[in-house]
Parts: sequence; C-alpha cells; structure tokens
Amino acid sequence: MARIWKFGDNVDTDQIVPGRYAPYMRPNADLASAAFIEARPDFAEQAQAGDIIVAGRNFGCGSSREYAAEALKKRGIAAIIAVSFARIFFRNAINLGLPLFEAAEVVAAVHDGDLAVLDPHTWQFQVGETHWQLPPPPPFFRQILEAGGIVAYVQRHQHFPQG
Amino acid sequence: MSQTLSEKILSHAAGHEVRAGDFVVIRPDVVMSHDSLTPSILKIFHEQLGASRVADPQQLVFTMDHVVPAATVSIANDQNRVRRFAAEQGIRLFEVGRGICHQVLVEERIATPGKVIIGSDSHSTAYGAVGAFGCGMGSTDIALAWATGQTWLRVPETLRVILRGRFRPWVEAKDLALRLCREVGLDGANYMAVEYHGAPWMSLPERQTLASMAIEIGAKAGIFPPDPSLGEEFPIPEWLTVDESAAYARTLHINLDELQPQVALPHTVENVVDLSEISNQRVSVVFLGTCTNGRYEDLATAARILRGRRVAPGVRFIVTPASQQALARAAADGSLQTLIEAGAVLTTPGCGPCMGRHHGVLGEDDVCLSTGNRNFRGRMGSPEARIFLASPAVAAASAATGYITDPATLS
Repeated sequence: MARIWKFGDNVDTDQIVPGRYAPYMRPNADLASAAFIEARPDFAEQAQAGDIIVAGRNFGCGSSREYAAEALKKRGIAAIIAVSFARIFFRNAINLGLPLFEAAEVVAAVHDGDLAVLDPHTWQFQVGETHWQLPPPPPFFRQILEAGGIVAYVQRHQHFPQG
Repeated sequence: MSQTLSEKILSHAAGHEVRAGDFVVIRPDVVMSHDSLTPSILKIFHEQLGASRVADPQQLVFTMDHVVPAATVSIANDQNRVRRFAAEQGIRLFEVGRGICHQVLVEERIATPGKVIIGSDSHSTAYGAVGAFGCGMGSTDIALAWATGQTWLRVPETLRVILRGRFRPWVEAKDLALRLCREVGLDGANYMAVEYHGAPWMSLPERQTLASMAIEIGAKAGIFPPDPSLGEEFPIPEWLTVDESAAYARTLHINLDELQPQVALPHTVENVVDLSEISNQRVSVVFLGTCTNGRYEDLATAARILRGRRVAPGVRFIVTPASQQALARAAADGSLQTLIEAGAVLTTPGCGPCMGRHHGVLGEDDVCLSTGNRNFRGRMGSPEARIFLASPAVAAASAATGYITDPATLS
C-alpha cells in the first residue's frame, strides 16, 4: 500500500527543494533526501518508494529547477495527483518520467496518511472502498511517459513526440 | 487569420501557421543557461544523451550570475568546467561580474523582437520586454536543445492586460507587477502567455520588470508589443504586429491612475496588499537587486530617496546591480556614491541573495524587504525568515527608516 502525502495549493519549488540544497551547492549530497527537507520534515524523514503525493492547485510553481521534480522521482514517488500543476514543473516531471494527474475529485476525497493502491498500467486508483480511473495524460505526454522520459523517447525515436 | 503575438512568433519559428493548443517543434533562436544549472545540463548532455558537440554553438549563451564569484571549491570547479566547454565548442560566455542573464541578453542585443529564447531559468519570460518569446525550461529540455538544436512547445493561449492612465509619483512598474499577482493569483496565467497593451510609453526597464514577473502568475511568456521606442538596435520584424481581433482567453483592464504602492507579504507573491495597509513593520534587511529590479534606473531611484539620508540603525541595505553596465552608469552619475554614503553594502553584479545562497543569506529572525520577485518560505535563507516584496522606491524609503515605508511620506 502507498501512503498519501497531502499538500495544499501553490506548493512552490522552494518548498520542494530549497535553492540552498541544489546539486550545485551540495554536489555530493543525496538529492532524494532533500525533498521537502524544510517545508515537510515528516515527508523528508519517512516517505517511501511507491508513495503518492496529492495536492491542490498549481503544484510546483516558481523556479525552473528540474531538481525539484528529480528529487521526488529519486525518492520513488509513484505519481502526483493535483488539481493543477505549474507549467515548468509539469514539463520537468513528464520529461523525467514522473506521472502527473489532474483529478480534483480525488484531491477532495482523500486525506493525508490514507493508504492507496495505484495500478501503474491502467492508472486505476483505490483508497479504501473507493475506486477512481485517473484521467490519462494527453497523447503527447503519454508518449513521453511510456518511453520512460524524454531522453529515452528521443534516443529511441531520434525525434521529439508528435503533437 | 488574426493571431496573438505568441501565435505569430511561434508560427514564424515553426514555418507554418499555428494556433493556441498546437504542439510545435522549433529551432529556438537563443538557448540560455546560467552557472547554477549549466553544470547539470553538461552532465545530462554527456552522460544521458551521450553527446559531445552541440548542434549549433551560435545558438547557445552561457552566463555566470547565480553564485559569483564562486563561493565554494566545488562551485569554482563547476564554473571552470563550463568555461572549458564554452571554449572548446565556441559558445559565448558572459563572465563573473557581467550581470544577470536576463539583463545581459537585452544589453547585448541578443534578445530582440520576434525571437524565441529558451532559458534554464524561470524568469526567462523577461525577454518579452523587447517583444521576444522568452520561456523557462528545465535542465533536460536545455540539454536536448544543445544536442538537437530544437525544442518542443505547446502554443499558449493568451491573457491580455490592457493598461490605461499613468503611474502616480512613487508608483512604479513593480507595483503593477505585484498588482497583477494580486488580481489573478499565482496560477492566473498558468500555461498561458501574457500580453501587455495600452502603455507604449513604458520604458524598456519598466517592461523588463513586468515581463520578468510574468512567471509569478504562471505564464509561459510575457510579451510587450515591440515599438520603435526601443531603438534601432531592436529591429522589429514586419510580421510582428498586433491584431486587435486576435483570440484572447481573457482580458484584464487596469487603471494605473488608481494604482498605489503594493507590497507582497510573506510567504507568497499573490499575498499582496496596498502599502497603506501596512503599519509598524520593522525590517532588518533591505535588498535592492535582481532581474526584476536591479537596473540602473532602480539604483538611481533609490539614490534620489537616500540623498542626505542614512540607512537606519539595525538595517543591512544590500545593493546588487543587475549588470556591470548598471553599476557603471550608477557610478558615473553619482548614484552609487549616494548609496554608499547612505550605508549601502555593494555586491558583485548578479543574482545576489535572491535565492539564499550567498551575499546576505537570511537568518531565523530576519525580516527582509526585497525588490526581487519571490518571497516563498526559505527562498533567501532560513524558513523562519520573512520576506516582503516591493518597489525600489519603497525599498529605499524603508532602508532609511527601518520600517516598511511609503516614500511619499518622507519629508
């Protein structure tokens, strides 16, 4: 079972990984351990591979720092479900193969600490007795996710995805 | 067919007509990265993409602005690695002290009307000040652009801002930028471009302040229609004209005659109030700088207010010019002398303490008034520190009194 870590609106990239914890500043440190290191210390200490982040509007706003999405990916976060995502974070996460879903009804229904099951192939999502079908990303992004990220996609196809 | 400025620029780049919602693969005119991320982009380029030569060295620009001069051995090594790569590949590099990427690219006329500029920095929207499509991206996207010469973009819808009236005394472009955050919120233009209409009188530095903060409402680009007031060094392509009948997703009207000085309260950029609603708010640090408000005009404004005054006891007033040119101009006309006599601390041109890495990191008890663009918790240092955002005029007045102060109230 995956634990749900619930966040509010406008989680900015300074909360996800403060600029002071950038790889540029700490080249030998483990980036995964910097995720939410100051904003949510319980996450930083306890999040496990396979856990799921659920958040409100505009998750990931602020800086273009890809290491924010990368830290969550390296931490093993299986997916992020939010009401909406800030555009640069959205792009960075998809590029790295970290699945994102916009599903306001799920955000409204689940709580921090709930245990969930997420099928990584069908994107069926279950908490307790309630099931949801998470909305699949648009085809352009699905192609990238299915390849495992934009680098893998471009290496395989020798071109960018088609709109 | 009528098009928005983004649709026109991206149609030109794609070589065929595009509409909001289309996906395009294009060759950006400029691919910018700075010292904070160029080392990690290099790593992706070599180790993940297995690439050795960039597709087009003419396309790339490197700047050194985020931690300059180097603060640690590993940063010094990273910067040297970038210097070697730039020399090997024939890539333009603007050295330590030259200034902030977004200011330098405008001063060097690398950003000009109608260009597509992608940058490893979210404030790349700033290039819209000269009528370019400037857009921030992450390291992997920039590494792919180095290797392929290309990037993909979804053509954005557009939020049109129509301005009327003029700024009142001591009201500045920054107050308008903060007002926009207050009006539409941090995601008010998410996935969209912003166009600013109705103010062709606005100076280039004012346009840069506004366009740099388009990202703070989530925008992909923030574009001013270019006009001849920019000068001959910013040639306007004949196809880059405004279509009044273009399809805008939303239009917002703002009357500048009624605009008052604005302040963003901790800890988000949309938490904005009229300055007049704030009383008795002490500050321990005042920071004048950044791509939003570190230009010569901002230093000169601060000097006008601080002439014959001293920075209040208990306040550190940190001044970080956005570029060497800004610093040189402020030195030439005496503004710099005035600031130093008032008690300002001058740092190397660059990003300064904006993202909490050097040149004045905040401690737990600090209260900072910054002319920068972000006041997120922990942005400039301790997560306990509090950051307020305001204009250079308010910053200078506050440095003089030690409290957040309206410059109009100084005798």
